Parts: sequence; structure tokens; C-alpha cells
Amino acid sequence: MRNISEVMLVGLAAFFALLASAFAVDSLFQTHMAILCFILAGSTIILLRRVEFASPDGSFPEPDTSGYMDEVIRYGAIATLFWGIVGFLVGVVIAAQLAWPELNLEPYLNFGRLRPLHTSAVIFAFGGNALLCTSFYVAQRTCRARLFGGDLAWFVFWGYQLFIVMAATGYLLGITQSKEYAEPEWYVDLWLTVVWVAYLIVFMGTIVRRKEPHIYVANWFYLSFIITVAMLHVVNNAAVPVSFLGTKSYVAFAGVQDALTQWWYGHNAVGFFLTAGFLGMMYYFVPKQAGRPVYSYRLSIIHFWALIFLYIWAGPHHLHYTALPDWAQTLGMVFSIMLWMPSWGGMINGLMTLQGAWDKLRTDPILRMFVISLAFYGMSTFEGPMMSIKSVNSLSHYTDWTIGHVHSGALGWNGMIVFASLYYLVPKLWNKQSLYSLKLVNWHLWLATLGIVIYAAVMWVAGITQGLMWREYDDQGFLVNSFIETVSAIHPEYVMRTFGGLLYLSGALIMAYNIWRTIRGDVPETVQQDQPSAVPAE
Amino acid sequence: MSFLDKHQKLERNLSLMFVGSLLAVLVGGIVEIAPLFYVKNTIEKVEGMRPYTPLELAGRDIYIREGCYVCHSQMIRPFRDEVERYGHYSLAAESMYDHPFQWGSKRTGPDLARVGGRYSDEWHAQHLKDPKSVVPESIMPKYSFLANAEIKPESVTGHLKANAVVGVPYTEEMIENAVADLKAQADPDADTDGLEERYQKISIRDFDGNPDALTELDALIAYLQMLGTLVDLEAYKQEENLR
Repeated sequence: MRNISEVMLVGLAAFFALLASAFAVDSLFQTHMAILCFILAGSTIILLRRVEFASPDGSFPEPDTSGYMDEVIRYGAIATLFWGIVGFLVGVVIAAQLAWPELNLEPYLNFGRLRPLHTSAVIFAFGGNALLCTSFYVAQRTCRARLFGGDLAWFVFWGYQLFIVMAATGYLLGITQSKEYAEPEWYVDLWLTVVWVAYLIVFMGTIVRRKEPHIYVANWFYLSFIITVAMLHVVNNAAVPVSFLGTKSYVAFAGVQDALTQWWYGHNAVGFFLTAGFLGMMYYFVPKQAGRPVYSYRLSIIHFWALIFLYIWAGPHHLHYTALPDWAQTLGMVFSIMLWMPSWGGMINGLMTLQGAWDKLRTDPILRMFVISLAFYGMSTFEGPMMSIKSVNSLSHYTDWTIGHVHSGALGWNGMIVFASLYYLVPKLWNKQSLYSLKLVNWHLWLATLGIVIYAAVMWVAGITQGLMWREYDDQGFLVNSFIETVSAIHPEYVMRTFGGLLYLSGALIMAYNIWRTIRGDVPETVQQDQPSAVPAE
Repeated sequence: MSFLDKHQKLERNLSLMFVGSLLAVLVGGIVEIAPLFYVKNTIEKVEGMRPYTPLELAGRDIYIREGCYVCHSQMIRPFRDEVERYGHYSLAAESMYDHPFQWGSKRTGPDLARVGGRYSDEWHAQHLKDPKSVVPESIMPKYSFLANAEIKPESVTGHLKANAVVGVPYTEEMIENAVADLKAQADPDADTDGLEERYQKISIRDFDGNPDALTELDALIAYLQMLGTLVDLEAYKQEENLR
């Protein structure tokens, strides 16, 4: 029988989850373990149905392992899209909660519990699945080798989904260690560590198998992302659990040390999860879609090493004017400003790859999406260093300006490049001639772009308004505004922001429809396969 | 360019690439974070800091559970407007027993670093149950369920022990008496001599206006009412703590 050991392992894990729930020392752990037991028991049943028995002559039909391992990437593409829509939807909900607080439903759907759900769903579920599936795709193609480790890639995929579900259900229950973007508690962190090591093994094993002498530049970025995230995750989540049968733990560091450890982690979740990994995506898919080689090999070397070396230092700019010693703040500021250069190195290398292919922008909305993504990357990697200057930060910190900055990066750079990469990938993965509709891609592109522009613009207004109102003095030397007046003042911006998010979400829904029709194999009759779908401008 | 030729070696060798990347990303963290653990003036010399009482710690855990930190900072910056609005700028020493820190990153609501003693218990209870009833323009969610959620005092001992493991100076005596101390702090009729000896500057009273039950609202208000009240800021000498 095949798959039987997997069934037994997952079944056993379900049983242990049941035991953990039964002997839990707190009610949250009891509930969380019951959820885990339910998921694992369900998985056991699904796996049982997939157990294969030997044919009468005792042989198994051997699966074909000669080509690339693409089934797990197909799952990853769907998961990316699914979690993306979940993340955007929760984002719209919490944006609406800030505009209309009646939408808070205590206790499970209060803003404080939904906000980490939104950030984790977008960064780790949407972004993480995009990184998993594209890195598996890119590594196989650029190494001309099948994924290493056989079913280990499946373990990475499903293990990661389990991490997402445990983290998400935990947030709603109130299970959090309150470190931003590292909220899951100790047992979920441990699980992610196991999954991440497996990911590193699959990725590096595939590169070892390569039939190309050189490791392609995209893989440098993916590799540094996997290594660094492992380091950040382990150090920042060091904690002592109150009980091995309870949710609560106390982190190893305190106060000022903990603050810098957290933002060393937090900023490099941006720097490596959302930048280095995504640059890996950029270095494969942009040249592919443009049909041009990467603009500069030298630039890619210089900006790769500069980027990964400098990013790590930038964390303290999240702690300007706090109780963190000044020397650390200044160091963080200086390195953040230096970071501008390697960031733009990546943008320039991506944009200039279109040299000789700029005309394709008129006909190819997917390429247009890549370019807009890189433009937002350039914009937010200029804005970031600017906001890390202490005097600018004194105004922007604690306000919605930061929220706007994050979203121009996340929605503009990360979101757009994932959408474009998926539009490139899906027809290839499902062996279709083309996407169902390029017109819908164009709709998606413009809805999303408009959504981001509205979002970022109103958050600038909201942030600067509030920052200035906090420090406003009258001519008698008294503070002009009470805090609550500065909250009421930005209500219109909060409403507009919700609208911007709604536009972005609707773009993603159009994408889901387009992808679904593509996978089904529908091709609109009006499109001739051998001609570009849009007419070039004369 | 010769160094680019040398890079060919790196990009043909996965082990070199791995080690090179790892070294590149290790440096920044080591240089920035490690000194904070041994440079003495990182944490100022102050008078009055003590570990949280068991009830305050329980309240702090609720503060964390509900994600209060996503909208409220606990870090007053040394600006004229912030110091006038919230009080003396925050010191590193004030969060030296915070595992994890709660400095926050966003002020959708006001800073809470020195909210202790600013409002009455009744105000806090009313505000947490229904923020709009005391601040009509508020956009804060309601937390009325806290008033009905009873606290299980027995579990608090383990929490003090875990804190002691990560370096909070809880004494044997504090850990032994944790459960009794937790109950006593919210009970105006309890014998609290030992409690007051173990924890300086402690508020002992029924916090949530419901003396019959020890609720999560009691714990959370006890925590909020002590925030920023421990350190003797009159005795703090800025010049001796320049960093």
C-alpha cells in the first residue's frame, strides 16, 4: 500500500491534538487544539481515500517523475489567489471598522483581533504562497531539475497552509504574543520552523541538482530570503511557554532589547519576505514576459549584495525618538537612506529589461502590470528612506502616513507583481494557449491601480493632517486640539480609504473569475490566437 | 572588472552562496542589537521600578490578547507637544520588565504610557464597555464582555514563574503568594499587608464596580491604572543618563 505511513502520521497527530485539547491548561488552548484535531482528522480521511493498493501482480503504477513537479505549484497558485482575496477582504472590513466602529463585533471580530489577521493573511498567506509556488517554479526552470525531496514539497505546501490556518484562528480567539507580523504563539512558531527548514531543503536540494553551471540571479534572492527569514523567525520568537499545554508564552527579551529585536525582525520581514523574495520573482518573470534578457548582470550582483547587507540595519528607524539609545537610531537612519540605492538598483534593472521591448506595453497588460509594480517599488523605496529621516519621522510616526506607505509597497509592488506572475504562470501550468481574457486583466490593472492611488493619497492626507494637529499650538502657547478632535478630522479619509480598498478587492475578484475561466479552458470566440488581442496604437 | 569574475565562483557554488548570504545578513543585527545587552547606560538608573502584581500581569495579558497595542502606543517621545499631552517622555527603564514590550507603532487612539491615575475606575469601566458613552466621537470597539469574563486565579502562578525564567525579578515569596495576591488586590476587605510589602505603589480596590466577581475588567483596569506611575520622575536625573 502506498501513502499509508502518511495516513498514520497525520492520524496520530490528530489523536495527539485531541489529547492536548483534553488536558489543556487554558480554554484557548483547548479550543485551538480542538480546531487542530478537526483539521488533522479531516486530512486523515482525505488521505485515506488516496491510499493506493498494489495491483494483483504486486506492482505499483509508478508516477512519472521525469519532468518538472508542477502539481504542487498549481495548488500554490490557487492558494495564493484564495488567501489574497481573504486578506484583501479582511482589510476592507477593518478599514470600514475605522470609519464606522459599529461594525466591530465583540469579542472575535473586534479591530484588535482582525488587524493581525489582515496583515498575516496578506503578507504570509498571500505573499508566502506566492513565494513558495514561484520559487518552486523558477528553481526548476532555471536549474533544469525536478524539485528535490519528492513529496517533501507537498509537506512544505500543506504544512504552510496549516500554519496559516492555526495562526488565523488563533488571532480570532485572541492567541497572540503581540509582536507585529510575528503574532503566532510558541507552538505555531515551532511548526513554522519545521516547515521552513523543509522548504530550505527542497530549495537548496533542487539547486544542487541543477544542470546549469551558474545559479541564476533569481535564485540568489530566493535563497537569501529563505535563510534570513529563518534567522529572524527563530531569534524574534524566542520565548518561554507558561505550560506546554497552554497558549501563553513570555518572550525572552524585555523592553528596549525586545523592541529592537522585534523591529529588526519586522523591518526585514519587509526587506526579505516582501522584497528579496519578490525580487526573485521579478528577475524571472519580467525578462520572460518582456522576452528580453536582464538589463545588467553587473548591476544585479552589486545590488543583490548591497541590498541584503544594508536591509538588516534599517530596523531602528521604527523606533525613532523612543527610549532606544540615540546611537542605534542614527545607525538605523543612515543605513535606511543608503538602502535607497540598492533598492533602485533593482527597479532600474527590472525596468531597463524592457529596453527594446517598450512597444509591448501597448499590447500586453501583463507587462504593464509588471511595470506598474516596479514603479510602485521605486516609489515606496524612495518614500521609506525619506520617512526614516528623524525629522520627517517625528511627524509621520504613529500616523496613517506609515499605513499608506506600507500599502503602496504591499498593494503596488507585492500585489501587482504577484498578479502579473500568476497571469503569466496559469496558462503555462494548466497547458492553455492563453488567458481567458486580456481585457479583464486590463480591468484588474486599472481598478487595482486606482485603488492604490486613492488609498495612498488619502493616507498621506490623513497622516499629515493628524501629525500636524497633534503638534499644533495657539498663540497663547496651548495645544489646540484634543486627541479625539484629531480622530474626527480624518473620518472622511477613512471612508475614502475603504473605497480604495474596495476597488483593489474587486480587481482581485475579477482576476479570480478570469483565472477560473482560463483553467476551465474557456477561450472567448472573439480572440484570434495568432494575433495580439489589442490593436497597437498607430 | 576583476571582482565580477571572482563572483563567478560564488554563483557556481551553492555552499559559498549560502555562507556569503548568511554572513551578509548577520552583521547588522549583531552590531546593533548585541550592545544593548551589555552597554550599561542602555537602561537608565531610576527609582521605583518593580515587577507587575499578579492582577496587573493578568490585565496586561488581556491588553495583549485584545490587540490594544495595534491602536495605542506606550512610548512618549521627547517632544513638547507629546510631553504636554501625555506626560514625561518614556524611559527605557519603564519597560525593563515587559516581555514583550508594548511600545506600539500607531496611534489610532492616544498614547497610554502614563494613563495610570488620569481617569477614574468608573470612567475606565464605562469606557471599555461602551467607548461612545463617554467619548461620543470614539471609534474604539466595545469590550463589554470583559465585565462578565471571570478570572481563574489559580493559573497565575505559572505566569509569574515563566516571567522569572526570562529574567523578571519575581521572588520565591511573590510566586508562592501569587494566587492570594491576585485575589486580594481586587478585594478592599482582604488582608493586604504582605501584598503591599511585596509590591510598592500598589492600588488595592475593586476596579470594575462589581465586588462580587473577579473579572477580566478588574485586571485590565488595574493594569491601566498603574501604567507610567512606578518610576519616581522627580528623582530622575536626565543629565546622568545621557545616551
